[in-house]
Amino acid sequence: MTAQNLSASGTAPTAPPLVEMRNISVSFGGVHAVDNVTVDLRAGEVVGLVGGNGAGKSTLIRALSGAHPADEGEIWIDGQKVSISSPHDARKYGIETIYQTLALADNVDAAANLFLGREIMTRLGSLNDAAMESATREVMGRLNPKFQNFKVPVKSLSGGQRQSVAIARAVHFNARILIMDEPTAALGPAETEQVRDLVSQLKAQGIGIFLISHDIHDVFDLADRISVMLQGELVGTVDKDKVTKDEVLAMIIIGKLPEEVSETEMAKLIK
Amino acid sequence: MQAGQTKESRPDATMRSVRSSVASLEVDFRLLGMVAALAVIWLIFNVLSEGLFLTPRNLWNLSVQSSAVAVMTTGMVLIIVSRNIDLSIGSVLGFTAMVMGLLQREWIPDGLGLGLNQPYTWIIVVLVGLLLGAMIGGLQGFFVAFGGVPSFVVTLGGLLIWRGAAFLLASGRTIAPLDSTFQLLGGGPKGSLGETLSWVVGGIAIIAIGVGLVAGRRRRQRYGFPLRPIWADAILGVIGSLLVVVAVSVVNSYPWPPVLAEAYAIEHGITIPPGGLIIPTGIAIPVLIAIGIAVVMTWLATRRRFGRYVYSIGGNPEAAVLAGVNTRWTIMRTFIAMGVLAAVAAVITTARLNAATSQLGVGVELQVIAAAVIGGTSFSGGVGTIAGGVLGAVVMQSLASGMVLIGVDPAVQDMVAGAVLIAAVGFDSWLRRRRP
Repeated sequence: MTAQNLSASGTAPTAPPLVEMRNISVSFGGVHAVDNVTVDLRAGEVVGLVGGNGAGKSTLIRALSGAHPADEGEIWIDGQKVSISSPHDARKYGIETIYQTLALADNVDAAANLFLGREIMTRLGSLNDAAMESATREVMGRLNPKFQNFKVPVKSLSGGQRQSVAIARAVHFNARILIMDEPTAALGPAETEQVRDLVSQLKAQGIGIFLISHDIHDVFDLADRISVMLQGELVGTVDKDKVTKDEVLAMIIIGKLPEEVSETEMAKLIK
Repeated sequence: MQAGQTKESRPDATMRSVRSSVASLEVDFRLLGMVAALAVIWLIFNVLSEGLFLTPRNLWNLSVQSSAVAVMTTGMVLIIVSRNIDLSIGSVLGFTAMVMGLLQREWIPDGLGLGLNQPYTWIIVVLVGLLLGAMIGGLQGFFVAFGGVPSFVVTLGGLLIWRGAAFLLASGRTIAPLDSTFQLLGGGPKGSLGETLSWVVGGIAIIAIGVGLVAGRRRRQRYGFPLRPIWADAILGVIGSLLVVVAVSVVNSYPWPPVLAEAYAIEHGITIPPGGLIIPTGIAIPVLIAIGIAVVMTWLATRRRFGRYVYSIGGNPEAAVLAGVNTRWTIMRTFIAMGVLAAVAAVITTARLNAATSQLGVGVELQVIAAAVIGGTSFSGGVGTIAGGVLGAVVMQSLASGMVLIGVDPAVQDMVAGAVLIAAVGFDSWLRRRRP
């Protein structure tokens, strides 16, 4: 309850949120990986989803991306209840996902990855590789002008280049909702910076972004609101501007909202 | 000093310009290396056999002997690329061969009372055979893709089941001789195109090469992509056309055996000229079938969604699922294709042998897998080409017939084939490590 009160709505309180995930539960053989979690996301907003290992962040988000549908709960998009049971469904609603594991097919080139599952075809039903390469050149030109390796398998690209291919996929298909699962986990500092720029760019275009990370600094730099999970449950959602990093850390580790944490607990944590 | 410097820098610069010239041809280096390896093998056998290897007769035979394995290898490449295996193809070949043999020898003539050697028999037989292959492949593919049973297990079971079924069908009898038209599908002098038709096929191939190069250029031009230099396209076209001309000339310079030619002459009332009647054999029908299938499979693998999905699944199965690819149906389709191709190989093998036996195709799965692997298909998935697989089949067959020609002990032949397989894959992975 208090969690809801804390998440002060920033803009246009009357418009329904872009995404609402209500009372989502996912279990794996009796274990509640996600237990009755409610989060929401507005257009042009970045919501950070944080928590330790096994907190259920990725599982929650896989319910939205269609990779592993929820057992219980509802998903609302633009105030409409929707049903997402496959990655294909998710894409229908403009949801694109960038996975922690850099889910690219290593052995094919950037264009083939960008259009995987949604190839441009010729009138005769064959692959229109030239059209796909052309579109890839166009979108990569916007995101990463230095990128020139259009003909090589993505295996031979750097982590940052691979991540920009994954992001290009979301941009090309006009994602409205972007899920980024540890987008910088596999990247070096310069490449991380590049991805951060992209996130700000996409946010400015009005895309809503769920950013999953265990790096609290990343989240503080990029997110507007932060939802914290612990052992499958939502600890709470807080406005980034109204909390300190230590308070979020307390939520992640002991699962208590800032006002519930005693001074001794906080002292122990900081030490 | 000065002189030394120029001397040292010149070869380097030449090397670089050669390399960049070759690079602008944009050819597959791995494939080029295999062609070179094949050429070396041929030359070595030619020397060791004192000129018997590179004769029209031997090369024509080699082309026919390679065709059945080459046909199946085109399917095996896609199976292995998508991280599966099919061990059942030898038995599927044997079973479909037995059904097709009984169909043309007993079920249609006696069962339906239509008699032997009807003009339509071969079409029915082939269609039933291909359909049966598709169904067997589909069944196995279903267990792999939807049942979650590893393909190794499913097809190992299939290897036992279809071999047993082949024996059961005719209680181990040999079914022979086969339908007179059906026999032509196995090659032989009568099952070949002859001189004129072979040149027509060659002409079509050359036109296709030209059209392909021009269409590719136009497409790149339309999208404003960097173009290959025009001389590079020209060289590729000329080399391709020359290879076609040489291949057709070789098979056309292999004449019918004198006995057959004489029989033909008597039958058609032709007077035999002094020195014997020379009838050029031309491209054998099974070779034409194999080439046609290689072209279709290459098109499926590179130009169609199906092929794109097969390679993506091989590269990263999870990514393919997350991208919304119907991976199960794709996998099932690779097995259906494999079943059909095993049936095609059964047609070629039985027609060539003019008999169906329950032991047909024993062990052929290993030859096919070896051909695919020698052709650059990787067991870690995602890598392999149809053309490479076909070349691999020709390499394997060249080794086999070359060793027969120079009289190598059969036991040693197998040992050499095994050693070559390991060496080829070892060399390939060494290359990959050096140049990722």
